[in-house]
Amino acid sequence: MFEGLSSRFEGILRKIRGRGRLGPEDVEEFLAEIRVALIEADVHLDVIRTLQDRIRDRAIGVEVAGALNPGQIVVKIVLEELTAVLGGETFRPAYASKPPTVVLLAGLQGSGKTTTAAKLARWYKGQGRNPMLIGADLLRPAAVEQLRTLGDRINVPVFSDSSDPVSVARAGLAEAVRLGRDVVICDTAGRLAIDEDLMAEVAEISDILQPHHTFLVVDAMTGQDAVTTAEAFHARLGLDALIITKLDGDARGGAALSITEVVGRPIAFASTGEAVEDFELFHPDRLAGRILGMGDVETLIEKAEETFAAEEAEAAAVRMLDGTFTLDDFLEQLRALRKMGSISSIMGMVPGMAAQMRDMDEALDERRIDRIEGIINSMTPAERLAPDVIDGSRRARIAAGSGTQVGEINQLVKQFREMRKMMKQMGGRGPGRRKASRGGKKKGRGGRVTAPGPAPIDKKKGLSLPGLGDLAGSQGPSAGGLDLTGGWPSN
Amino acid sequence: MDDRTWEGLTEALLLADVGLPTTEALIAGVRHRVGTEGVDDVEGVLGLLKEEILARLGGADRSLAVGGSPSVWLFVGVNGVGKTTTIGKLGWRETAAGRSVVFAAGDTFRAAAADQLEVWADRSGATMIRGAEGADPGSVVFDAVEHAAARGVDLVLADTAGRVHTRANLMDELSKVRRVADKGAGTVTETLLVIDATTGQNGLLQAREFAAAADVTGLVLTKLDGSARGGIVVAVQEDLGIPVKLVGVGEGLDDLLEFDPADFVDALFSVDVPA
Repeated sequence: MFEGLSSRFEGILRKIRGRGRLGPEDVEEFLAEIRVALIEADVHLDVIRTLQDRIRDRAIGVEVAGALNPGQIVVKIVLEELTAVLGGETFRPAYASKPPTVVLLAGLQGSGKTTTAAKLARWYKGQGRNPMLIGADLLRPAAVEQLRTLGDRINVPVFSDSSDPVSVARAGLAEAVRLGRDVVICDTAGRLAIDEDLMAEVAEISDILQPHHTFLVVDAMTGQDAVTTAEAFHARLGLDALIITKLDGDARGGAALSITEVVGRPIAFASTGEAVEDFELFHPDRLAGRILGMGDVETLIEKAEETFAAEEAEAAAVRMLDGTFTLDDFLEQLRALRKMGSISSIMGMVPGMAAQMRDMDEALDERRIDRIEGIINSMTPAERLAPDVIDGSRRARIAAGSGTQVGEINQLVKQFREMRKMMKQMGGRGPGRRKASRGGKKKGRGGRVTAPGPAPIDKKKGLSLPGLGDLAGSQGPSAGGLDLTGGWPSN
Repeated sequence: MDDRTWEGLTEALLLADVGLPTTEALIAGVRHRVGTEGVDDVEGVLGLLKEEILARLGGADRSLAVGGSPSVWLFVGVNGVGKTTTIGKLGWRETAAGRSVVFAAGDTFRAAAADQLEVWADRSGATMIRGAEGADPGSVVFDAVEHAAARGVDLVLADTAGRVHTRANLMDELSKVRRVADKGAGTVTETLLVIDATTGQNGLLQAREFAAAADVTGLVLTKLDGSARGGIVVAVQEDLGIPVKLVGVGEGLDDLLEFDPADFVDALFSVDVPA
């Protein structure tokens, strides 16, 4: 149901193709479609109006020149405006000159504060800091117990007692000073913005802690109410930034954009999964693409980089997209992906893949990877390079060697072929290859229209944002092409 | 009725998260009736709009079904919507009504989730059955049902871990829990999807996926005591035919209500000012 903005533009584009300049009526048509897309993405209505005004001003009278068609120019303008709203740049947490640096987390019930507190502590550890957690949620049953369990897992001390939230915050800060911890993160109870008593309480905690950073934790699935809530918290606490959670689902996250526009504070971190490592500094340009229904290529590249060495990543990406990668590569990818975190969060970043790739998750269940690994390890180098040579007797040998069934080997080879084909198709969407594969159609390339964020991999071969027409026209790989889910015995 | 008034009504629905397709259908329906019924004042039109929404919500059976020995009510939903809290409050309501109740701590994933449920069991007078953290949720629920059956308990309220509906493996796990809960002596008579009133357009996708995975029989709309209106449930009922059965309005034992469509529709058009 959630069409990307690009596909919405297709109809309008067909009408105005060939004209040199965008007239006011054309722009209004685009703006109407933009409004629909933004409403579906949960962007607040007031924010949509503001955005429409800015986009209108820039789009009317724009000359249609060079490689970009009118639709692409409008998409570029929209992306730039969204990116500008989202803060324009990455938030960099600062550290107090006199430690500890104090961080306060606040938000509605169920937004994910406690989990976020632990993830943030782990992130600070990764920055070479020595964080401590304060559990000041004495309202939700076992909230402190939850924080202690998470603290144990990441080896970060947790302070709390059963007095009252304000006293816990005060004592916790003193404890952090005593222990010489240089970052203190305070979890608080979830509260509704209209709950006067609890809002007064968190304001008091803030007075005691004098936090260097106050983060509002916001669920990516939030609707229009996000703005009301954020304004109330901002008025009470003076927010420094947002942390957006549950971005691993298929919510577009427009609420986060609305808050940044209305409150004027950036998103600092994004949480993209249930594991403590599924947490990263937020990149504004990426959410802009997501809100419009485009993929997030840059994050994918960066994630891969964290795990592979940069060159390896580049080579692997090129091989993946060229369709020349081997079963050895495949195995390596599986192992690397395992390290990178949940596969669904990775594949969701690939343009056009979010929907198709959900089921991959299942396939990359640890035990299944073990079986795949066993099968590939039982192949000869030649077989891994060219699986087509695997005949009946080779299959029997591999099955015996890996303790699997012959059918599983067939399936792996088949799925590997499908995957290679699919990767090649994705590669084929890149600017260089489009002409060859679908010459004639006048759609041109979309190019990277996001802000120039950090992109150490400069070889954009096949990794740039797909052309507008591609987003609209092709449904990506055939839905049945990647049946990695059903085939593997779960044991 | 001028265009600005229509625009105002449209925006009120959108701001309540009713969503564009449902909003447009509602407004079109009312516009049609305004023409044929000769209503032309804002109050009258608002009345018609409320009628239209009520007509879409109306007629559903909102009772919670029993009939197993024990009956099992399974709670599902994304992370942080209020499944555990809802079970606590509902357990209190059911024990107060004279039923014997077992809580099954089927959320074996989130740290201390079972501890949280146990506090609610103590408060509400329910018996708590839990497994180890990381245990198979299906087997915890199965054990709870067997425990309840052996003691002639009326009702098992089964918690599950929150899960984002796009995670195929976790949704499969949920299907399995649903099947296993039905396997022994008990019968699953309700599978309740808990939805947070702040949820935006994603709520419809959630409902679709959970319905497919676990055969959802009703919704629990939580956190309706805040400034959010929960309008997405109108779209959910219209699209999937799943009615709201309960409403959560706070963290106290008594803060769980029957869903009253008329109250809900009135609230869609009211405005709360945050503290």
